[in-house]
Amino acid sequence: MSAVLKAPLTVEFPFTRSLGPVQSAFLTGLRERVILGVRTGDGRTLVPPVEYDPVTAEEIRDLVEVAPTGTVTTWAWNHAPRRGQPLATPFAWILVRLDGADTALLHALDAPGPDAVHTGMRVRVRWAGERTGAITDIACFEPYDGERAEPAGHSGEFTDAVTGIVAPARLDYTYSPGRATTGYLHALAGRRMVGERCPSCRKVYVPPRGACPTCGVATAEQVEVGPGGTVTTFCIVNIKAKNLDIEVPYVYAHIALDGADLALHGRIAGIPYDQVRMGLRVEPVWTEGGRYPDHYRPTGEPDTAYDTYKELL
Amino acid sequence: MNREIAVVAFAQTDHRRTSDESSEVEMLMPVLHEVLARTGLKTADIGFTCSGSSDYLAGRAFSFTLALDGVGAWPPISESHVEMDGAWALYEAWVKLQTGDADTALVYSYGKSSPGSVRDVLTRQLDPYYVAPLWPDSVALAALQAQALIDTGRADEPALAAVGARSRADAETNPHAQLRGSVSQGEYLVRPLRTGDCPPIGDGAAAVILAAGERARDLCERPAWIRGIDHRIEAHGIGVRDLTDSPSTRLAAERAGAFERPVDTAELHAPFSSQEIVLREALRLDDGVRVNPSGGALAANPVMAAGLIRIGESAARIHRGESDRALAHATSGPCLQQNLVAVLEGDPR
Ligand SMILES: [Zn+2]
Repeated sequence: MSAVLKAPLTVEFPFTRSLGPVQSAFLTGLRERVILGVRTGDGRTLVPPVEYDPVTAEEIRDLVEVAPTGTVTTWAWNHAPRRGQPLATPFAWILVRLDGADTALLHALDAPGPDAVHTGMRVRVRWAGERTGAITDIACFEPYDGERAEPAGHSGEFTDAVTGIVAPARLDYTYSPGRATTGYLHALAGRRMVGERCPSCRKVYVPPRGACPTCGVATAEQVEVGPGGTVTTFCIVNIKAKNLDIEVPYVYAHIALDGADLALHGRIAGIPYDQVRMGLRVEPVWTEGGRYPDHYRPTGEPDTAYDTYKELL
Repeated sequence: MNREIAVVAFAQTDHRRTSDESSEVEMLMPVLHEVLARTGLKTADIGFTCSGSSDYLAGRAFSFTLALDGVGAWPPISESHVEMDGAWALYEAWVKLQTGDADTALVYSYGKSSPGSVRDVLTRQLDPYYVAPLWPDSVALAALQAQALIDTGRADEPALAAVGARSRADAETNPHAQLRGSVSQGEYLVRPLRTGDCPPIGDGAAAVILAAGERARDLCERPAWIRGIDHRIEAHGIGVRDLTDSPSTRLAAERAGAFERPVDTAELHAPFSSQEIVLREALRLDDGVRVNPSGGALAANPVMAAGLIRIGESAARIHRGESDRALAHATSGPCLQQNLVAVLEGDPR
């Protein structure tokens, strides 16, 4: 049993989201240091405001300004802030009902410690220095023992309203590929191609995933395949991929390695792209220090007859 | 709504902190084989297959299609997937059986939380406009709920600790559980929740077979009949809700017939100790009801499978004759946002 392989994996993407009219007004308001709620049919004011009444599903558009001061309705002390959270120093998560609102907003409260926080305490908004029209335009809340602030009665109309947000997301993983793929990758590092045979239907899978998808049973018997193989089908790539230093056009092919019952894919080089054909015999080309074949090239053998690989298409 | 449908078999992995040596399908496959073996069925005998999982947990795109390798989906099978806990996959399968399109169903789910940081991963299910940009992790949101409960005077920190202690003591007899016996209540993770109030992070899988009518009696000596099943959701804004109550659980239970007669057992999907207290009250469970004899989610919480396991554990007790009428509950989303309740019964003995 070879050692478990592990590698860092970061999944990162910016979500670009468009806003509805109520969300747009609320987030534009934050940019202008105005906090807006929305009035429901039964006269409640929701902050943060939503496009549809959470009880009746009625479309709601009646915007109303509320105060930047409010009351904590519940809290939780976070002594170890995590990446992306509003404050880098220990803080309290709070639900805060702003003066004039009937529902609570989730945010962070900057306080010296848990003993300084309690349900019912008064807080006010601390605005971020740079505001773009996002929930993070509220930097956090801070304890406040002054008068209740009076909202100015803003109409909710803005020139230059924000219509979308870009929300970056990043998640970090330590990926391990499992038993079968680990064995495959270890063999590959030694320039050997090793598949696994299904104990039931006897098919050899390369790369192996640990199970026969037809029979639903575990594969275990390792089988060395290749290195030679046959192009079963291919396509000609004409669009250059980002960060990929390969000249177009090039050929990407399904290759049935000798002894394998499933074609894997790889790039074909060492032959003009318009001369690649089904049945072409190829072999892997390894680069110095490479853990997998860089590409496949023709071996010069006669082409394989269609009947011998038609089941692998 | 009148077809009799039962859980006829249940299997689960041992739930562990890591499963580095296995891919998702390698972790899942033994459970699929075990649950099929209990009924003598083969994949080809199954009328409908439905699974629940989330690719975000392990960061592996389309992992649910790779997981199908373990089912043996050839010739092509009738299959579906939910990006939710497997309890909701079971609900879909139950509906499918109700339509008469199938007589048997295989339901499975799995979660591999070990490769990532599940507290952060779960922030991605939150409102992307107002909440997710703040990255409030799953423990923080549960802690806000716990503090709200404490503020009502209906619980205090020792009461929360007692829930965790009882759960892990009960898990002593559950060989699949990840945390068993005496476990330190620990430090605050996010106050007022200590590590003992929070579920262990781990990997695991579970599978259930459903069968309708006489087919169920053929496959199982004492089928666990699903007398009712329903799920309900609350508003996504947590500041809109009363976090100390669970009206969606109560309504789902009502619709599932849970209040028509008392149950003897309840398996509650409460990943945080405070949530068990909220659920007990919403479901009006008195001290006569055996709650989470398996140890519940505080003893093993493979995300996406922990809810299905509640149904499986309830059914297994009925199969073994240890329960006659059990309530199984599953939850999804932050602070018990969405809840499913199933009522299971065994034939009179
Ligand atoms: Zn096979």
